[in-house]
Amino acid sequence: MSEQERIQKQRTERSEATQEAETSTGAKSEKLKADLDELLDEIDSVLEENAEEFVRSYVQKGGE
Amino acid sequence: MAIEKILGIETEYGIAGGPENDPILASSLVVTAYARLQQYLIKWDFEAEHPEIDARGVRGHLQFAPIVEKTVANTVLTNGARLYVDHAHPEYSAPECRTPLQATLYDVAGEEIMLEAQKAANSSLDENDHITLYKNNSDGKGNSYGTHENFLVSREVPFDDIVRAMVPHFVSRQLLFGAGKVGAETEWGGREPGEFQLSQRSEFFEEIVGLETTMKRPIVNTRDEPHADAERFRRLHVINGDANMSQVATFVKLGSTALLLAALEEFGPTVFPSPPAAPVRAMRAYAQDLSWVHSGLSTVFVEDENGMRVSSWEYQDQLWQLAQHFVDQTGGVAVAEAQEITLIMEQWRELLDGIANNPDVVSDRIDWLAKYRMIIGFQERHDLTPLSPRLGAIALQYHDLRPEKSLAQRAGLIRLCELIEVRNAMHEPPADTRAYFRGECVRRFPENISSANWDSVVFDLEDGALHRVPMMDPTRGTKDLTEKLFDESATAEEFLERLNR
Repeated sequence: MSEQERIQKQRTERSEATQEAETSTGAKSEKLKADLDELLDEIDSVLEENAEEFVRSYVQKGGE
Repeated sequence: MAIEKILGIETEYGIAGGPENDPILASSLVVTAYARLQQYLIKWDFEAEHPEIDARGVRGHLQFAPIVEKTVANTVLTNGARLYVDHAHPEYSAPECRTPLQATLYDVAGEEIMLEAQKAANSSLDENDHITLYKNNSDGKGNSYGTHENFLVSREVPFDDIVRAMVPHFVSRQLLFGAGKVGAETEWGGREPGEFQLSQRSEFFEEIVGLETTMKRPIVNTRDEPHADAERFRRLHVINGDANMSQVATFVKLGSTALLLAALEEFGPTVFPSPPAAPVRAMRAYAQDLSWVHSGLSTVFVEDENGMRVSSWEYQDQLWQLAQHFVDQTGGVAVAEAQEITLIMEQWRELLDGIANNPDVVSDRIDWLAKYRMIIGFQERHDLTPLSPRLGAIALQYHDLRPEKSLAQRAGLIRLCELIEVRNAMHEPPADTRAYFRGECVRRFPENISSANWDSVVFDLEDGALHRVPMMDPTRGTKDLTEKLFDESATAEEFLERLNR
């Protein structure tokens, strides 16, 4: 099977599976999007204040 | 035939802050603060530590062999775990567990233990010196530290078979269990600054097989320290995974790997998919395969040894079929009871179907997806460039353990473990492995234990001699076998006397 055919096959299988799953996952997907919006509202208040310094100063020694 | 898949996870936590920004000192403070809370400190017995022994049958070259540090802070907990300083990180090595779900519970208990230890250490430190722990695997600057899974494997399986059979899983499983990060940290990371990849660890792997864990990291680690009867058992030390915040990811990562190892014992290596022709390159390439979030169709294929081109999703799909075949043939009893096996297989399948059809629906279980959505969502909302340090801060803070700071705890991840179970697992050992024996010894006789390790407990009865109790079979020393013995013994002397009868 060529790569093109394989992608085509994946695409067909996927669209069949998607149609089946669409009704059940559609609602869930909407809810997850709403939850993400809520989270993004919250992130600002939780995020470390000086992001640049916070990220820069996080230096670890290797382990294991 | 498949043997019981005793298993567990050891995690080195990232550590920031502490007096003089000294990570070794900070790690020691964390460990000793927790030991003080428990009111005992148990030394480690180094008798059986030989990290230089190689599963391929030769001793490692000494200059590359891992070094055992014998002077650092260490204790053993009543839940059977080891809490200690490994290099410059505090490490929680969970007790040996009987099933993947139990091992997940004890991994989560480890997060809570580390959180308590952090609080205890900070209570005696200036606020400027406060310590923060992160359950992650890299600092974004080229330094990586490990989350290692351990699985009991029959000694009858030749090591070369383990390598051949397991490499496809080890290079592709990051699709489902990767914790994700922004950018690359090595010359071969293959990401521009600000570009996302699926795994924290993958780019750090340079070899297919080897003894080292800190340099030239191998996909399959050959450290041959079974911590058990070496005639019968191996301990496969799996160093290629990411630390997961998602409990479902931890569970399916352990469950899938345990089932495939059991399938290897049952059927041999020939039923496994052909490995990639270049596994190290495959692992890095799969880490960069973000096509899922755009189209649900992989565009990253690597050649296997037969010249076929395979995506990480196709490998995982084939391995799921193989695990299902093993379950159909044996019931999967080597790994867990029927109900838990069904949960592993269902969740593994749901993650695979979800990622191909609608990644949003599995972002409550796949860490890299949860993190990616957060980063992209935040970037779009505030119109930031991919290089904004605020995005890097999100990526790091995802792994913060503190409820008031953790972003993973705000990501809507599904919890598998009940809070009350986690509380219990912080203090009580698993009932059905030798961890029960170790944990109960520590709980009942802490003042009489001179030291302990994975396969023995050494008693000091102040009679001039040390008494070592070996536990060479990880499936023994269980609650069923030893609870009565413990209950009938008021003192350590009595206990040893009964044991020796």
